[in-house]
Amino acid sequence: MSALVTTSLVKRFGGVQATDNVSLTVESGQLHAIIGPNGAGKSTLIGQLAGEIKPDAGRVELFGNDVTAQSVVARANMGLARTYQITQLAKEFTALDNVLLAANAKVSSNFRFWANAHADTHAVNQSLAALAKVGLLDAKDRTVGELGHGEQRQLEIATALATEPKVLLLDEPLAGMSQGESAAMIALLKSFKGRYPMLLVEHDMDAVFQLADCVSVLVYGRIIATGTPEEIRSNADVRAAYLGDEVNA
Amino acid sequence: MNLFPTSVHWRAPRTIVAIIVLAAFVLLPFAVGSEGDFYVKFATRVLIYALAAIGLNFILGFGGMVSLGHAMYIMLGAYCVGIPMHHEITSGWAHLAFAIALTAVLATVVGAVALRTTGIAFIMITLAFAQMLFFVAVSLKEYGGDDGLTIAARSNFGLFDIASNVSLYYLAFSAVLLALYLSWRAVLSPFGLILRGSKANSRRALALGHPILRYQLVAYVLSALVCAVAGVLLANLTQFASPSYGAWTLSGELIVIVILGGLGTVFGPLVGAVCLLVLEEILPTLVEATFPDYKSNWMLLLGLFIFFVALLLKRGVFGSLRGGAK
Repeated sequence: MSALVTTSLVKRFGGVQATDNVSLTVESGQLHAIIGPNGAGKSTLIGQLAGEIKPDAGRVELFGNDVTAQSVVARANMGLARTYQITQLAKEFTALDNVLLAANAKVSSNFRFWANAHADTHAVNQSLAALAKVGLLDAKDRTVGELGHGEQRQLEIATALATEPKVLLLDEPLAGMSQGESAAMIALLKSFKGRYPMLLVEHDMDAVFQLADCVSVLVYGRIIATGTPEEIRSNADVRAAYLGDEVNA
Repeated sequence: MNLFPTSVHWRAPRTIVAIIVLAAFVLLPFAVGSEGDFYVKFATRVLIYALAAIGLNFILGFGGMVSLGHAMYIMLGAYCVGIPMHHEITSGWAHLAFAIALTAVLATVVGAVALRTTGIAFIMITLAFAQMLFFVAVSLKEYGGDDGLTIAARSNFGLFDIASNVSLYYLAFSAVLLALYLSWRAVLSPFGLILRGSKANSRRALALGHPILRYQLVAYVLSALVCAVAGVLLANLTQFASPSYGAWTLSGELIVIVILGGLGTVFGPLVGAVCLLVLEEILPTLVEATFPDYKSNWMLLLGLFIFFVALLLKRGVFGSLRGGAK
């Protein structure tokens, strides 16, 4: 079964067609990348997949269930986890507490008032494992404000992992990272392959061509091509619209 | 089971100040002796305001919900003593049960409406509800209306006799201790983590799958209940229930107390209440003694104090003290 399917998704903002009849499929176990120039509507598309933005028309399916009318919370509880292009973390929390907040999200209601959240060894161990996976174990007691930009991006990934997701939406995880940090992140995402179905929105072409099983090119809200990285690389329309010099160089 | 939900840094300034403040409250009735009725009653008032502020702090400091209507729950609690007493229902347990039941219903309704919004709109809706309840109380002609309702005797709590001012004082102090302890535990619990998370980044909390509205509503109702208990105590202290207990200025004063003490600290509201009420008490006398012609301008000094706390101690009087081991 496909993890995530959109059918003829449409979203308009005033006269602008931010999402224009987008149909795409994230197969289970695959990494599907979306590339496209700035303003192509990538974040609007992710917003509709996560449920933060309601589409004007079309359908979103998660593991075969129509979730078009479902809330952000309902989709998250079905196993959809996301990271944000602009880091969205609890700033005054420590790294561990950010992940612990995520690890506590697996039950639909959590009305435990008495015991310390840190005494829940299952949730804490799971959080520590998620931090270890992204390489932030040593920074667990630092607040988000004390973390560097790259570390905050890694923490975004760790919070997504701690929810025990079934599908990941990654909105430009490499944005603003140094070369070394990027390489580590690419290696990390590579290790997720086969484990989680992923939808990756990314500007970094090297990363996309290294990681993706399937690439869709979004221009002015429309998908102009979908295919394997090799097909996309050699597609004349794509080169004209977007890749241009970067591929030739 | 551990008594403390987390390890306590006994040498941290916050812990030391907290212990000194609590010890001072324990000893106060002994220190002032049998002639010190005025001080005992004043300190009881401080404790009752602190209790209400601890309730408000739970949603304001930890949940980021700025309620400008929490005095309505104090007023409701006070009338839950006054009205039954008027009909010769003297049991304090009955008064407490009325206060808890009615507040739970009212707060669920108000919270469910107000929490559909955030920010300024949330402030205005909570204020609007409080104003409505204020005028409901004014319209209760049978119960004194605008003039308020005099209460003939204190609630009868059976074995816990609160007829004397000192016993009422210790009852209020016990209520404050209990509220401090429960909010300390709740703040560190999984529930508290989610509540704090919804304040720190509601978008993230939702995206993780937390139905934050549910948690916020429960927190709002709990916070209102604490204020209602404060109202029950206040009615017993003053032997009076009045619409003025639900005035928006009192709601505002509670916010000032919470911020003055230190937003997001469990103990801050008690320190804030001590600071504000003690200053309100001594500044008029002080100003009158030094500048008799400017007696009515004492508020200027209070304003300066709040100004400097806001400017210099961004995290309030107690919140600015070091709490951890670092």
